[in-house]
Amino acid sequence: MFRLQSDTLLVWALRACAALAGIIVLLILVFLVNEALPALRDVGPSRFFGDKSWHPAEGAAQGQFNLTPMLWGTLFVTTGAVLVATPLGIGSALFCHFYAPSTIAGPYRKLVELLAGIPSVVYGLWGLVVLVPIIGDFHPPGPSLLAGTIILSIMILPTIALLTDATLSNVPKEYLQGAAALGLSRWGTIRGVVFPAAKSGIFTSVILGTGRAIGETMAVLMVCGNVVQIPNSIFDPIRTLTANIALEMAYAMDDHRSALFVSGLVLMAMIVALVAIAEFISKGHVYD
Amino acid sequence: MPQKNILIIFFVSLISTCAGYSCSSSGNAGSGPTSKSEQLVLTGSSTVAPLAVEIGKRFESLHPGIRIDVQTGGSSRGTADARRGLADIGMASRALKPEEEDLLGFTIAQDGVCVIIHGDNSVNELSDEQIAGIFSDKINNWKEVGGQDAPITVVNKSEGRATLEVFLKYFKLKNSEIKADVVIGDNEQGIKTISGNRNAIGYVSIGTAEFGSQNGVPIKLLPAGGVKATTDNLAKGTFPISRPLNFVTKTEPEGLIKEFIDFAQSDQVHDLVKEQYFVPTTK
Repeated sequence: MFRLQSDTLLVWALRACAALAGIIVLLILVFLVNEALPALRDVGPSRFFGDKSWHPAEGAAQGQFNLTPMLWGTLFVTTGAVLVATPLGIGSALFCHFYAPSTIAGPYRKLVELLAGIPSVVYGLWGLVVLVPIIGDFHPPGPSLLAGTIILSIMILPTIALLTDATLSNVPKEYLQGAAALGLSRWGTIRGVVFPAAKSGIFTSVILGTGRAIGETMAVLMVCGNVVQIPNSIFDPIRTLTANIALEMAYAMDDHRSALFVSGLVLMAMIVALVAIAEFISKGHVYD
Repeated sequence: MPQKNILIIFFVSLISTCAGYSCSSSGNAGSGPTSKSEQLVLTGSSTVAPLAVEIGKRFESLHPGIRIDVQTGGSSRGTADARRGLADIGMASRALKPEEEDLLGFTIAQDGVCVIIHGDNSVNELSDEQIAGIFSDKINNWKEVGGQDAPITVVNKSEGRATLEVFLKYFKLKNSEIKADVVIGDNEQGIKTISGNRNAIGYVSIGTAEFGSQNGVPIKLLPAGGVKATTDNLAKGTFPISRPLNFVTKTEPEGLIKEFIDFAQSDQVHDLVKEQYFVPTTK
């Protein structure tokens, strides 16, 4: 009887927590739409993708409100970072799990955890005073898509490495023993047994890394140059949607401020698309 | 049993946090029992804010029971908050615009904006036309203005900043004409960007630049209109690109607000103004 009571209590507490989490997301969405509405009304949704450039401070009538270059900027820098960090992260986790002797694997794992704990502004400052001048020396101006990609890769690398590592340790021991009994080589075991078993976990780690890359603001703001343009090469400066908000929010009024919330809405749409793609792929192929 | 204990602790703490929150928020909102302590709210320019904080601290120490609350958010927010009555005093790091004539401005200090380049750059002087040409992309290489053969990296400020408005006004440019290679936020980011790029040109608050170059940061301050960019020349009134740092109110200040503005304009705070690399005003 006593046990039943506490169970009921727990269930309701958990339900409350779940409801709270759900409500928070909805509230954020309502708030975003509410703040973005004045700009959507005064400027019109089409101008956010059709105007010549981004000069929102001059007001709805004379200003320019094109968000597309920033959408591309976010996409390019995120894709670049994921392409660089994924093989490195998975490689690092494999090394840690299957190749490194335990005396090295332990400290190495701690190092990667440390990498995950460094605040993003520190990465940004390092990028600004070390990385950007190096890039600028052989291809001016320096702050660029390339700098952003490198910084973001380093930032999401530990996310991918640590989560893949956790997934690898969840592969049942029997599988590995079975592979050993069959006389498979270490790489043969990894390719034929570990990867198929850990596929969904690795995929999730990459998605989480991508999410972090899309949302990263401070470091990207400091190294990417923040020029609103679609880049022609990896040495061109770009501005991401997050950097746009961080750069201008403190100084924005009226329609300008509201336009920044539209920028936030577009960012939200990107994340929703990412989650939808992840859901689609995981239903279709990965978890089979 | 332990499960139940944890739950009880959880709920008790949840309730007490909620209660604590509502209690403190109501204490702030109403005049409440602590009506003896008065509060002044200042919002606006991030350039003025650090100075206002220091002035506020000194004012608080001279007037026990009074609190000066300073929040940043840009000059336009400062004037808007003063107009709507959200702040007792707004802060603006520029002169009031024609559409802000309904407000009253009180200058507490002067600041200037100067053009800076990397310390290794061989260029020592640029005319106003040359600077305007560089920023509007008509001049793309340093050798066109007597420097080395290298492309120019134009560093601009982001939309809505007062420094940008002062710069645009002096060089008679529109922001949409400027072709920037890098867009930055605050002065410090500007100094770091330009000191890290041999071919960069940008503009920052003169005090920040002077402080940087005196402390070994490789940047060069360019003269404007033939006048050297120093805070001394700014104080003399000869340096042409200057801006007032203003306190803004909606109505003629009285009581505590008047007392604080008078204090901020008095010579009792001149040392604080100089510490922040601004120029004190003589009323």
